[in-house]
Amino acid sequence: MSISPVWKSLPGTHDIVRSVLPNGITILARANFDSPSVIISGLIPSGSLFDPADRLGLAYFTSQALMRGTQKHSHQELFEALESAGAVFGFGCSVHNASFSGRALAEDLPLLLDTLNEALRQPTFPIDQVEKLRAQMMTYLAIRAQNTDEVASLRFDDVLFPGHPYGRPEEGHPETVRVITQQELVDFHRKAYGAEGMILAIVGAVQPNEAIDRVGEMLGDWSNPNQYQLPSLPPTSPLEKNHRQHITLPGKTQADLVMGTLGPSRNSPDYLIASIGNNVLGQFGLMGRIGEVVREKAGLAYYASTNLNAWIASGSWEVSAGVNPANLEHAIDLIITELRRFVSEPVTTEELSDSQSNYIGRLPISLESNAGVANAILNLERFQLGLDYYLHYPDLVAAVTPQQILDIAQKYICPDRLAIISAGPEIVT
Amino acid sequence: MTSSVLTVQLDNGLIIHLKEIHTAPLISHWAWYGVGSRDEVAGLTGVSHWVEHMQFKGTDRFPSGVLDKAISRDGGMWNAFTYLDWTAYFETMPADKIDLAIELEADRMLHSRFNADEVESERMVVISEREGAENEPLFRLGEAVSQASFTQHPYRNEIIGSKADLMHIQRDDLYKHYRSRYTPSNAIITMAGDFESGEMLERLRRNYQHLPTQTRPDRYVPYEEPLGEEKRVEVTGPGETTYIHITYRSPQASHADFFAFSLLDSLLSGPSSLSMFGGGGISNKTSRLYRALVESELAVSVSGGLPATLDPGLYEIHITVRPDRTPAEVLKVFDQEILQLQENRVHDVEIARAIKQARALFAYSSENITNQAFWLGFADMFDNYDWFLSYVTRLEQVNARKIEYIAQTYLPSNHRVVGMYLPDGNHTDEGGEEA
Repeated sequence: MSISPVWKSLPGTHDIVRSVLPNGITILARANFDSPSVIISGLIPSGSLFDPADRLGLAYFTSQALMRGTQKHSHQELFEALESAGAVFGFGCSVHNASFSGRALAEDLPLLLDTLNEALRQPTFPIDQVEKLRAQMMTYLAIRAQNTDEVASLRFDDVLFPGHPYGRPEEGHPETVRVITQQELVDFHRKAYGAEGMILAIVGAVQPNEAIDRVGEMLGDWSNPNQYQLPSLPPTSPLEKNHRQHITLPGKTQADLVMGTLGPSRNSPDYLIASIGNNVLGQFGLMGRIGEVVREKAGLAYYASTNLNAWIASGSWEVSAGVNPANLEHAIDLIITELRRFVSEPVTTEELSDSQSNYIGRLPISLESNAGVANAILNLERFQLGLDYYLHYPDLVAAVTPQQILDIAQKYICPDRLAIISAGPEIVT
Repeated sequence: MTSSVLTVQLDNGLIIHLKEIHTAPLISHWAWYGVGSRDEVAGLTGVSHWVEHMQFKGTDRFPSGVLDKAISRDGGMWNAFTYLDWTAYFETMPADKIDLAIELEADRMLHSRFNADEVESERMVVISEREGAENEPLFRLGEAVSQASFTQHPYRNEIIGSKADLMHIQRDDLYKHYRSRYTPSNAIITMAGDFESGEMLERLRRNYQHLPTQTRPDRYVPYEEPLGEEKRVEVTGPGETTYIHITYRSPQASHADFFAFSLLDSLLSGPSSLSMFGGGGISNKTSRLYRALVESELAVSVSGGLPATLDPGLYEIHITVRPDRTPAEVLKVFDQEILQLQENRVHDVEIARAIKQARALFAYSSENITNQAFWLGFADMFDNYDWFLSYVTRLEQVNARKIEYIAQTYLPSNHRVVGMYLPDGNHTDEGGEEA
């Protein structure tokens, strides 16, 4: 397998500058002067895994409220400054981390960093803004309850990860979001936010060392001696038997199907093998073997593909499809047949070679934009893959064998022990 | 936005735009066709989009299943889009692999098979795509509002087509549409990336020059009368959330008013990028409608957009109403904001701000090769490449008086359709587990 000269353009130790501040903040910076813009992107370990069971949505609510007012600026003033500069900045939240991302013309990097600094360290959670935000979140939850894909996915996570943070929705439920108080947001921020474990990537038309110095000046004195430490997560275990459930949403036309099982964690040596196997199963070309059978041959769905979600402690291996309810059981049967084949015989050398070429070839395109690079180097740090990971990547991909994929498939996928969840119109049997 | 673009028209009418960008060893190749849902007649709505699907079903040289694997194997990214006025296909590939994309697009410009069995299989796929969209309240509302917004013009139809038409369109309908519209004289090739323009032009000549052409198809559409009076549309369905979708008739993108209208939209509902490949937008929390509707706790979100279209189209506003508020309360304040624009001139500082936002959005959406090649062809679909080159300059020429004129000319209530999605109170039923 020949390696294209494209690889010379990928990020690595030769052009990523990494610095760790004494307070624990890791900064990664990479210059790109081909575009006049800059991206900042980062993570703070203050995700929804800290949510009490009766306050699901607390971490997400807190992250969204950080930009609702600070000691120096009101919500409108913060956005007046950003939007006037054509900049954008905001927070998100996943199970493990609160995240932030901003983009501006390079000349406005100080504005992005000032906003980040204020939002992280001086949020005031004004009550009027908290209530406006709550109304928006409640509306989102009402919309989510009518989205067949989201409803099926939520139930799938709940069945696959019972009692585990991975099984709970980051955005919470209406009954939990409704009762979260302003004081609880203040308290959560005080305990969960701090410099320890924070990762920040800066990519764009800026000199890396200057950007790092600037971050150090702003955030170098941030400390929180009481910052939450990552709790140990409960173990996960495969299902004992198939769990089939259909959730009826009246008035809908199509059913969304999510089915699957546990998958490897991102740090597991199984991950890359499973990922390439997953590419054969439901991604390569027009959605791999599953897409070929369900969409191309049977014409049952607009989309039918597989996805491997890998987190710190575990992951999920999912098949999803949107199908007419009359075809739902037929689609499930076709998918299970493909899964049985996947765990009983190795992928062909041609299939593996195709996917390996795809993995190696597509990386430069995914790393072409500032946003793509920022996301990639954040993951290098988050999962401790090493800054030269992409330079070794072709060798890692090329080393995967059909037998390894079969072993991993058999380790994780049992076609008789799947969560099979659908949501959509009533099914008439 | 530089002007270092090589433009050539081949003898068969095919227009080519090439732009060298040597930042990464990648090339993006786009094939654009002047056909979209605008070019469909009653009974055949959705035929352009379905033809686009069939273009992935193979030619004799690149049979079904070979195309996608070949592109994927080389690490390429490819897709296609059918819009109101145009259809586009792109491949972004490592620079040393781009010949595959060129050969593929040249071949399927004329030689797609349209196998009858695959037409039937794809019928189910397209209907499935439509049924997935029907699950969404905003799709159902949007379809009803578009139907009310035009009585004659095909912009009234959904790009995906009506379900009835999708049930009845036949293989020959698709093939006839394909053969009449996919011809060099109705196509544009755009490429951006790591190549030498002279050498690339020769490669393109070798692949496209020999393709026979036919007369550029007539793109007649019936005249659309002014709306005359405000129309109201109501759609009911499941859920708890009320949505409002308002459309105003808007000028075509080539019209001088379009640029001032774009700035008005930016002030009213927030800046939005014309790029269909993102690169990131800008939030709209300081826009007039956000302040008036969301900050004042009447709505939970508001957005707007002025699509660039070949014919006069629609300026669209979407509002998600707060559960404790009524559409009437929202519309009352919305109308006050429109009146403000009609009666009071905006400040120059607001205009300057909107122009900076537009510049930033262009910068964000020009970061990757795929988007650069997109920009090369996009404006040709409704005007020409100069439209794109002069976009920011023409925004800079807009003044407060012009924005006032746009508000007075285009935003009277008798130029609009107000659509509402009203929940009927259905609830979810969680079924039991089966072992």
